[in-house]
Amino acid sequence: MNWLPVFLAFGVIGALGTLCGVMLTAADKKFAVQSDERWQQVRQALGGANCGACGYSGCNAYAEAIVAGKARIYACPSANTEAIAAAMGMQLESPIPMKAYVRCQGNRGNTKERYIYDGYQSCVTAATMAGGPKMCCYACLGLGDCEKVCPFGAISIQNGVAVVDEFRCVGCGNCARYCPRHAIELKPAASKVYVKCNNGTLGRTTRAHCIKSCIGCGACAKKCPQQAIEIKNGHAVVDYSRCDDCLACLSVCPSWCIVTEQDWR
Amino acid sequence: MNELSRILLFMLSCVLSHNFIFARFLGCCSFLGVSSKVETAAGMGLAVTFVMGLASLFTWVVYHGVLVPLGLEYLSTLSFVLLIASLVQLVEMYIKKSSPSLYKSLGIYLPLITTNCAVLGVAILNVNNDYNLLYAVLNGVFGALGFLLAIVLMAGVRERLEVADIPKPLRGFPISLIIAGLMSVAFMGFSGLGG
Repeated sequence: MNWLPVFLAFGVIGALGTLCGVMLTAADKKFAVQSDERWQQVRQALGGANCGACGYSGCNAYAEAIVAGKARIYACPSANTEAIAAAMGMQLESPIPMKAYVRCQGNRGNTKERYIYDGYQSCVTAATMAGGPKMCCYACLGLGDCEKVCPFGAISIQNGVAVVDEFRCVGCGNCARYCPRHAIELKPAASKVYVKCNNGTLGRTTRAHCIKSCIGCGACAKKCPQQAIEIKNGHAVVDYSRCDDCLACLSVCPSWCIVTEQDWR
Repeated sequence: MNELSRILLFMLSCVLSHNFIFARFLGCCSFLGVSSKVETAAGMGLAVTFVMGLASLFTWVVYHGVLVPLGLEYLSTLSFVLLIASLVQLVEMYIKKSSPSLYKSLGIYLPLITTNCAVLGVAILNVNNDYNLLYAVLNGVFGALGFLLAIVLMAGVRERLEVADIPKPLRGFPISLIIAGLMSVAFMGFSGLGG
């Protein structure tokens, strides 16, 4: 048997491989780039799949943004967040669990219809038609844009108003971003106080649109022992960092807008 | 036909009638993977152009300079893979050092090209068709420009698909594959152009 071609092939491929290897090693030394030590640590703590869930073009880019202080460290679902916080010398936040709630009670019994809407079944479209089909132009339109975007199936439309199932809601805030009326908001899951109105007008006008609407009288704000309620943009707004769930505001509201979970279910 | 017009026709046929994606069906994975935005698609296309030009130059030199004289043509695929992989690595290191902004804009695509079959495809096509050095490099560069054209067109279509009302079973990859097929049929209209 002629062994020459075998050795020749072996030698040529071996030489080519060695050449490439040596070249790469030399290039690695020559073109070495000084990089931030924290970058290495952050990069190692990330998932490494370059999935793009963080919104950057890959793990390298996201690590760079963290080191530069441009990005929050919680955007990567698979990262070891503790290691990143340690590398960056930051304290880990422990996020308060949040739930979405719909700031509207304008169902078919409470508010009247301005006209009968028979167009494309989407809140975004309906909201552009002469202030929407409901008398109150701040009301939940009840066409279910939030229902469609909720990844957890936590929202349903009941009698023309969206209702959040708090057992299913994880507080991702998708619905709040998609609602054209900004009628959905996140609030701390532990708190019992719900302001169920989003109306921006005051007094009689408001009342003419919906019987369960905040008229901005400020009775709750006066009653609150913690000064946690304020009238902003025509309706009551609760500062949940101050609220201690005493529920004093519930009894004074003349238009049944401040409620607990049991009341509106 | 004089040589210059032959070369011009060859370039045109590389881009259109022998398009790497629509006529040769090479590089389809990155074509479908990185075509969701026009910007990133253009980045990928430019990186491929760069690497394919270099790869066709180096593989031609190695094939005709080393493998043919020693009678080892059957090792071409193995040595091409080796060459392309280390070439991409080398280019990546060089760009990282010399132009960080270009490195950032190419991002993850540069290492991804190592496994793009269009790059190995161009090397093997050059050998099979017995091109000389000029034609081999032109085939690499203009074939890759065809890839750039295809991926940017596809990204443009897919950006519009984002807002289109597509039947549920077809959403995502199914409709992309159907569109890729239709575009391929459209590009068949160029066949015969430039020989």
